[in-house]
Amino acid sequence: MALNNLDTLYRQVIMDHYKNPRNRGTLEEGSVTVDMNNPTCGDRIQLQLDIQDGIVKDAKFQGEGCSISMASASMMTQAIKGLEVEAALEMSEMFSEMMLGEDIDTEDMGDIEALQGVSKFPARIKCATLAWKAMEKGVHNE
Amino acid sequence: MDIKAIKEQFPILHQEVNEHPLVYLDSSATSQKPVQVIEAVNEYYRLHNSNVHRGVHTLGSRATDQYEGAREKVREFIHAKSTKEIIFNRGTTTGLNLVASSYARANVGPEDEIVITPMEHHSNLIPWQQAAKATGARLVYLPLQEDGTILLDDVKNTMNEKTKIVAITHVSNVLGTINPIKEITEIAHQHDAVMVVDGAQGAPHIQVDVQDIDCDFYAFSGHKMCAPTGIGVLYGKQELLENMEPIEFGGEMIDFVNLYDSTWKELPWKFEGGTPIIAGAVGLAAAIDFLKEIGQDEILAHETELAAYALEQMQTIDGIRIYGPQKRAGLVTFNLDDVHPHDTATVLDAEGIAVRAGHHCAQPLMKWLDVTATARASFYLYNTKEDIDLLVAGLLKTKEYFGNGFE
Repeated sequence: MALNNLDTLYRQVIMDHYKNPRNRGTLEEGSVTVDMNNPTCGDRIQLQLDIQDGIVKDAKFQGEGCSISMASASMMTQAIKGLEVEAALEMSEMFSEMMLGEDIDTEDMGDIEALQGVSKFPARIKCATLAWKAMEKGVHNE
Repeated sequence: MDIKAIKEQFPILHQEVNEHPLVYLDSSATSQKPVQVIEAVNEYYRLHNSNVHRGVHTLGSRATDQYEGAREKVREFIHAKSTKEIIFNRGTTTGLNLVASSYARANVGPEDEIVITPMEHHSNLIPWQQAAKATGARLVYLPLQEDGTILLDDVKNTMNEKTKIVAITHVSNVLGTINPIKEITEIAHQHDAVMVVDGAQGAPHIQVDVQDIDCDFYAFSGHKMCAPTGIGVLYGKQELLENMEPIEFGGEMIDFVNLYDSTWKELPWKFEGGTPIIAGAVGLAAAIDFLKEIGQDEILAHETELAAYALEQMQTIDGIRIYGPQKRAGLVTFNLDDVHPHDTATVLDAEGIAVRAGHHCAQPLMKWLDVTATARASFYLYNTKEDIDLLVAGLLKTKEYFGNGFE
C-alpha cells in the first residue's frame, strides 16, 4: 500500500470534521450523559443527548482521540440530530455493517459515507465505532 | 556485531508489508524470533513431545530433561543460586501476580505500605492495587523527576518502617528509563522491605545478576527476548519462596493428596500447577543460547547506540515531542504536534514501519505525561540505523500528510 492509498482512509471530509468538529461541547440540560473509552488505545468520548418525546433534539460531545474517532463523533452527532431514536439506532446498525465492509445504501448518511474506507483498516474500526457505541448506550440508558 | 548476519536469522523480517520492506520497531511489545528458536520448538514437537515429571517412558524422560535443562539455563542466565529459585509461568504478569497474591497477602497488614512508581506497566501496578485493597495497606508512589527518572533521595524519603514491599520496573516500557534497582534494593532492605523487580524490559536487554542486585523477586517474559509467547520466569529468593503458599492448585504441584488436605511438592514445582509450558521453556532455552552467543553486552551497546542515534535524528523533526531521559534503553516514545499517535502509526504502517501507538499499558504514566496516548519506536538486536532513517522519513511524510491538503 503506497502512501496515497491512505487517502481511502483519510478523506478530506473526515479531516474537515476532525479539524472543525461539529457539536463539540456540552449541553446545559443534557438528558443523558455517556462516558465511553476504548481501553486498548485510550481514546475517550463524553456524549450528551437531549432526547424529548422519542426524538434526539440535540447532541454534543467532548473527548480525545485520533482523527477517525473524533471525526466519527462529529459526523454522528450531526446525523442523529432531529432523528427519532429508532432511526438513530437503525443508522448505527447500518454504520456497523459499513465497518464490516458490507455493501450498504449510504444515500441518507451524508458525510458518514466518507468513513467507508475505515473498513479496510481493521485496526481502526474501533476508533470509528466508539461514538456510535456511546450513542447506543445513551439511548438505552434514557 | 554483524547486524546483517543477525537479521538473516529472523525469517519474519524478510517480507514486504504494504509493498514496503518491513521495518519492525515494536520489540518492546514483543520481539521477533530467530530461526534457532523456531527450530528448537519445532524439533521438540516433532521428536520429543511428552508430558514431564510423570511417565517412565523415553519421551517422558526426554521432555523432562529438556524442561529442567531450560530451568538450569535460565538460572545461569540471571545468575541465580539455585534452580529452586526459577519458577516457570506464563509471563511477567503471572509472576508479579503470584508475588502480590501469595507473598503480599501473607506478609502485609493494614498499617503497612507498598511502594511503587507512576512509571509502572499495569502488570506491576494493578496487582499491588489489589493487594493493598485486600490487606488494607497503603499504596505509595515514588515521585518522578521531570525527565522520568527516580532520585535515590526520594527513595530514601519515601521508605520507612511501614514499607513492606517495593515494586519497581527495571526499565520503563514508555520512557526507557533504566532504574537504579540495585541501589533501590539496598534502601528497601535497610527497611526490611522486599524488593520486587518487573524485568519485562530489563532481562531481554541488560545482563541481569539477581545475586548482585540482591532483589528478592525478578519477573520477566520470554517473548520479549526472542523466545515464544506464553513462557515467563519468576525468580525468587529460596527462603522467601519456601514460606509462600501456591495460588494455583492441582496436578504437578502436589506431594501427597488425602481426602481433606494435601501437601506440596518442593520448590520450584509447588508453584507450577498443571502441565507446564514445556515447548515454551525449550524455546526460551534456545533464545538464551542465541543471545549469549551474540553477547548480551554487545546487544545492549548496539541498542544504546541506536537509541542515541534515534534521539539525535528525531529531535531534528519540527514539532516532535520526545518523552523520557537522555540516557535510556533502546526505545523512543514521542508525539507529533497535531497528529494523534494512531494516525502516525497508520501512516507509518502504510510505509511498512511497525510502531506502537496507545497508552502502552501505563495509563497513570500517560496522565503524568499529560497525554492520552503516544507513539513508540523500540529497537532490538536486529534493528539498524537505516531502520531509524526510514522512521524519520516516515515521520516527515506523516507531518506533511496531516499538515497539508486538509485545511
